[in-house]
Amino acid sequence: MIDLLGITKTYTTGAQSLQVLKGVDLAVETGELVAIMGSSGSGKSTLLNILGLLDGYDEGMYRLDGKNMAQLTERRAAELRREMLGFVFQSFNLIGFKSAAENVALPLYYQKVPRKERLRRSHELLERVGLLEWADHLPSQMSGGQKQRVAIARALAAQPRVILADEPTGALDSTTSEEVMVLLKELNGDGMTMVVVTHEAEIAAECQRTIRLRDGLVETGAHV
Amino acid sequence: MRWWERDPWLELAQVLLRNPFRTLLSSLGVGWGLFMILITVGASNGLEEGVKADMGNRVKNSAFLWGESTSLPYKGYARGRGIVLTTMDVAFLEENATTLEAVAPRNQLGGWRGGNNVTHGLKTAACGVYGDMPVYKDIDPIVIMEGRYINERDLEDRRKVAVIGKRVRQLLFDREEQVLGSHIQIQGVTFTVVGVYRSQQTGEDAEESENSIFTPYTTFNHAFHMGDRVGWLSLLIREDVPGDTAVAEVLRLLKAQKSVHPDDPRGFGHWSMAEMHEEMTTVFSAFRWVSFVFGGLALFAGVIGIMNIMLITIKERTRELGVRRALGATPANIVVQIMVETLTLTVLAGLVGGIFGVATLEALDAFLAASEDNGIFRHPHVTLDVLLTALGTMTVLGAFAGVLPALRALRVEPVEALRT
Ligand SMILES: Nc1ncnc2c1ncn2[C@@H]1O[C@H](COP(=O)(O)OP(=O)(O)O)[C@@H](O)[C@H]1O
Ligand SMILES: [Mg+2]
Repeated sequence: MIDLLGITKTYTTGAQSLQVLKGVDLAVETGELVAIMGSSGSGKSTLLNILGLLDGYDEGMYRLDGKNMAQLTERRAAELRREMLGFVFQSFNLIGFKSAAENVALPLYYQKVPRKERLRRSHELLERVGLLEWADHLPSQMSGGQKQRVAIARALAAQPRVILADEPTGALDSTTSEEVMVLLKELNGDGMTMVVVTHEAEIAAECQRTIRLRDGLVETGAHV
Repeated sequence: MRWWERDPWLELAQVLLRNPFRTLLSSLGVGWGLFMILITVGASNGLEEGVKADMGNRVKNSAFLWGESTSLPYKGYARGRGIVLTTMDVAFLEENATTLEAVAPRNQLGGWRGGNNVTHGLKTAACGVYGDMPVYKDIDPIVIMEGRYINERDLEDRRKVAVIGKRVRQLLFDREEQVLGSHIQIQGVTFTVVGVYRSQQTGEDAEESENSIFTPYTTFNHAFHMGDRVGWLSLLIREDVPGDTAVAEVLRLLKAQKSVHPDDPRGFGHWSMAEMHEEMTTVFSAFRWVSFVFGGLALFAGVIGIMNIMLITIKERTRELGVRRALGATPANIVVQIMVETLTLTVLAGLVGGIFGVATLEALDAFLAASEDNGIFRHPHVTLDVLLTALGTMTVLGAFAGVLPALRALRVEPVEALRT
């Protein structure tokens, strides 16, 4: 599903430049649940953003579902994001003035799905993550674990091929972390390809494979 | 965005109502701008209407012309010669002028702030006394309340008859007294009252005009020893001829007739309702433009306010915009969203201001209509084209105000926005 070959990424701030990725090779197969581990600042988020087409890379090759992702226009990247990718963030990133159901429905809005259909599907997904009765609540009225489950429902809304999660349990206590992981594993059980960035060993242990980043290179676990 | 869909508007409502107080404050400027435009234009319309109404229902296509001293020597005459119009000139104009409906000579005795010159029994009054032709009624319309106006027979027979104004009647007669058929003395000459009239004008003009007495022109000239001298000419211009064209023709004819240099700016004085009206129209249209410019500036300031608020909002919503991008919003989606938000905020604010403006004018209009006093200010209103121009200007300004925030929103990098 995902193939990276020799991906490099350098951040330049003023006169300083920092090469965060120095030639990353890795592959993720369809239906896998993969963890990306590494110490803080090792470039995990950078890598995930590149995978998510939120950020560009300097050199190397990225193939998503067999298609080369080189030189995408903003518009094309947006289209691919909404058709192929679902995101889960550490800080949930729900839209504060929208209800849970509306948050979940938002990706479908950009897919031009009619409103009725959108709300039907968002309620279905909320039921799937066990939050149907919270559909009309605002994010501010929910706990961290609940917010992350809404975010996961939102990531699923557009029926993506891959879900990319950046420290999805980073802001949660261990019990709710566990609940979220159970949910992610269930989804993977249904066949969803998932890449989970984490720096917690317990979380990584629940995934099928761990890709370890160090000094901008993949240390272990690049392939199945 | 497909505007007929409900979602973008719901979305918009959510965004705007999230901080209703700020939305209100930022829209205030635009609302105020539009309100200002409507109120000032409406007020200037009201003033225009009031002033024009006050100029009376005097026929718009009338002009007045009299002799003055010349300022250029011509055909052996020195400059400074006084021109006196006579009944011959009236006949000459009737014969030769093509732009006129009617020519009426007039003469006057007494008048504004003159001494007492009319008596009836023991009562006296100071009135303007005129020698008039029957046609004068068409030039400066009055309303006959009792009896009749001067007619051709009066003129032919030099009858000593008089048509008196409402005010004259009040001054000379008791309330119950029979007026028609009774006698009054004008500078010692006895006249029989055959009619009472009132003016169509308002205010001071009406009072002045109702303090007058009309007598047949021929009688007047004979009784007051005017010979064939004409005080001034009243001209009724043909409907299809512009006022200045007619005045120009008459001047040309009379200058030739009275041996006045064709280029002499003097020799004759004239005043025309049409010229006056045109001048008024120009003045008030300038007035309207000034209102528009100042209101437009207020509107502009308001729109800048909205733009500022939108820029602040963009900053606050960086994360939201990043999330939207991550969820698949294209740059075009974002631009349209911000433009529509700005435009809607502007238009809503403007509509509220516009509705308040129109309502205020309506209320004022109703109030003025209800009060009997027909002052110089009446029927304040705005026409549909003013309203549409104001709304159109506002929409264009709103679109303009959306550009910068939209560009700012575009610059939001999804990665930046989502960085924790
Ligand atoms: N936009 C950026 N500009 C400059 N440096 C950046 C930028 N984003 C990340 N970095 C740097 O790149 C390194 C890797 O960051 P990141 O990928 O967020 O690491 P991780 O997620 O593994 O903690 C860090 O040293 C960070 O400071
Ligand atoms: Mg990170």
